Amino acid sequence: MDKIATLLRRPAAASILSLIGVLAVYVILGGVDLGQLFGAASWVNYAARIGIVAVPVGLLMISGEIDISIGAMIPAGAMTTAIISGHYGLPMIFGILGALVVGGLVGLFNGFLAVRTTVPTLIITLGTLVAMQGIVLAGSKLLTGAASVPLEAAPLAKALFGQLLFGGSHQVIILWWLLVALVFWFVMHQSKYGNWIFAIGGDRVSARNAGIPVDRITVLLFVLTSTSAAFVGMCHAIQFNSAQVSGGMNDIFNIIVSVVVGGVLLTGGFGSIPGVFVGTITFAIVNKGIDFTAIDRNWANLIIGLMLLIAVGMNETFRKKALSAAPKKRK
Amino acid sequence: MSAQPAIIELQNVDKSFGPIDVLMDISLKVHAGEVLCLLGDNGAGKSTLIKTLCGVYTPTRGKMLMDGKEVHFARPRDAQEAGISTVHQFGGTFPLMSIGRSFFVGVEPTKGWGPFKRFDRKTANAIAVQAVQDFGITRIDDGDRLVGGLSGGERQSLAIARAVHFGARVLILDEPTAALGVKQASHVLRIVNEAKKRGLAVIFITHQVMHALAVGDHFAVLIRGRLAANFMKGEKSREEITDLMAGGEDMATLEAQIAGADTELHSPAHARAAAKP
Ligand SMILES: Nc1ncnc2c1ncn2[C@@H]1O[C@H](COP(=O)(O)OP(=O)(O)OP(=O)(O)O)[C@@H](O)[C@H]1O
Ligand SMILES: [Mg+2]
Repeated sequence: MDKIATLLRRPAAASILSLIGVLAVYVILGGVDLGQLFGAASWVNYAARIGIVAVPVGLLMISGEIDISIGAMIPAGAMTTAIISGHYGLPMIFGILGALVVGGLVGLFNGFLAVRTTVPTLIITLGTLVAMQGIVLAGSKLLTGAASVPLEAAPLAKALFGQLLFGGSHQVIILWWLLVALVFWFVMHQSKYGNWIFAIGGDRVSARNAGIPVDRITVLLFVLTSTSAAFVGMCHAIQFNSAQVSGGMNDIFNIIVSVVVGGVLLTGGFGSIPGVFVGTITFAIVNKGIDFTAIDRNWANLIIGLMLLIAVGMNETFRKKALSAAPKKRK
Repeated sequence: MSAQPAIIELQNVDKSFGPIDVLMDISLKVHAGEVLCLLGDNGAGKSTLIKTLCGVYTPTRGKMLMDGKEVHFARPRDAQEAGISTVHQFGGTFPLMSIGRSFFVGVEPTKGWGPFKRFDRKTANAIAVQAVQDFGITRIDDGDRLVGGLSGGERQSLAIARAVHFGARVLILDEPTAALGVKQASHVLRIVNEAKKRGLAVIFITHQVMHALAVGDHFAVLIRGRLAANFMKGEKSREEITDLMAGGEDMATLEAQIAGADTELHSPAHARAAAKP
């Protein structure tokens, strides 16, 4: 009983329960074959796409900020790579570094505004979201005359960022997702920097008073979210041999929903990487796994909406539990 | 006493926020083993003064010295590294963090090697719990508990225990007894005395005459951002100190006003006004 209570108090609890709930609905109402679902690549590929961004966005949200410009940065990364290495035919390395540099610069810009002004980061990144969409569309028209650019990646780049694993249909980006999740899990839950991020999200002023370089960490987190989005775009351009201006707008909501279902508090200070990881899987299964059920795919959004509400409700309850918990003698 | 230079000294310090002058021409010294009680009305500038001392603000004009040598604190970390530790009037703890993690924010103990250094949760929890228990709060025995689940006074005690743990030379407490019960408040006073015996310089802000008189060796009174009085224990009477704490107003007058308001409440005019629907 005590063990269960301790488990429930962990930030990942709600996301695990959501996942179980969704699977139960799919099995009972949708008659899904779990073996087939788990063997399928579509939802795992999708989970990797949003998961690589969701992990740093989770960190940023734990620190009490938000970044919605990621929605423009996925196509921006894809287009940068495709224009540099596809349209102009420069070596792949320039296309790859170009995408990461664009991501980094936008992140620096967001972060700089976030620490230098009192404008909420939702508004700042809404500004960069729209601005980057404009830049990407206008830039692409100007440089290539089209909104879609083909790209033939060199073999090494293809192997690293755009191959299908074991000749099947799982994309290599899945491995990058696992790596990102592992590295950030270490940073957030094992290293001292995680403690700093929790403190910043808990109380910015006190964190600064305690000697934490709050501004530098904030800028760094914005650079991470933006760069990770550009990275995903870059991988996709290489995977699919082309990049489009559009695409990526849905990702904003999908990523943020994954993070919130993963137990991260919108007001900051609370959350976990394992939670975000499970939240992403849950979201991907709802969104892509519905094709394996007898349920009409149009119901997926209803399920996502309900899941979001239920998960947030559960998170609130668990957080209250965690706060009031005074575990009796755990020796 | 003044053979050694003061641990911390301000010389003609001004602090303004844009056009607002909050501190004007403050000169103060605190020696090792001395408790400075910083007194003054609400808004007099006490918190601003200590925030200047601990690197949250930089002085607009004037000099700050430690051991007779000029220092500049660009950020709180600089002051911490110089051995100044502070409990601010508000905040200082993180509700959604565990006691152990909150205690060590910014100074995390780590184990392991190179890029794989890990936060040492066991050590952090053990030290934090010990520090809080030494403080007389024996109810806390689990460092994994979240700070938000503690009572206001327990949180305050945690913040003070933290400052005492890390305060090497100067301990600054901004109204530390405000949220505390009688027992914990007297404990804070005892802590202040202990810190003083260990040779720390302590700066203690309070609105309570009793607490100030119990531990203070040196009193400084701020009135609207100026140093209105600066004297050692025994140089002024208890009544004079009380009046100074009330912002220079005569306590007897204030008491008369309170009594006046009281009678007005029961005056017929008031009763009539209150009776109106
Ligand atoms: N960042 C700031 N910008 C502008 N004015 C400020 C700032 N900080 C403080 N002040 C002003 O400086 C004055 C002194 O504030 P301070 O917090 O130092 O008072 P205090 O003596 O600590 O009062 P209290 O006893 O209520 O804690 C107040 O009038 C306040 O409005
Ligand atoms: Mg104050």
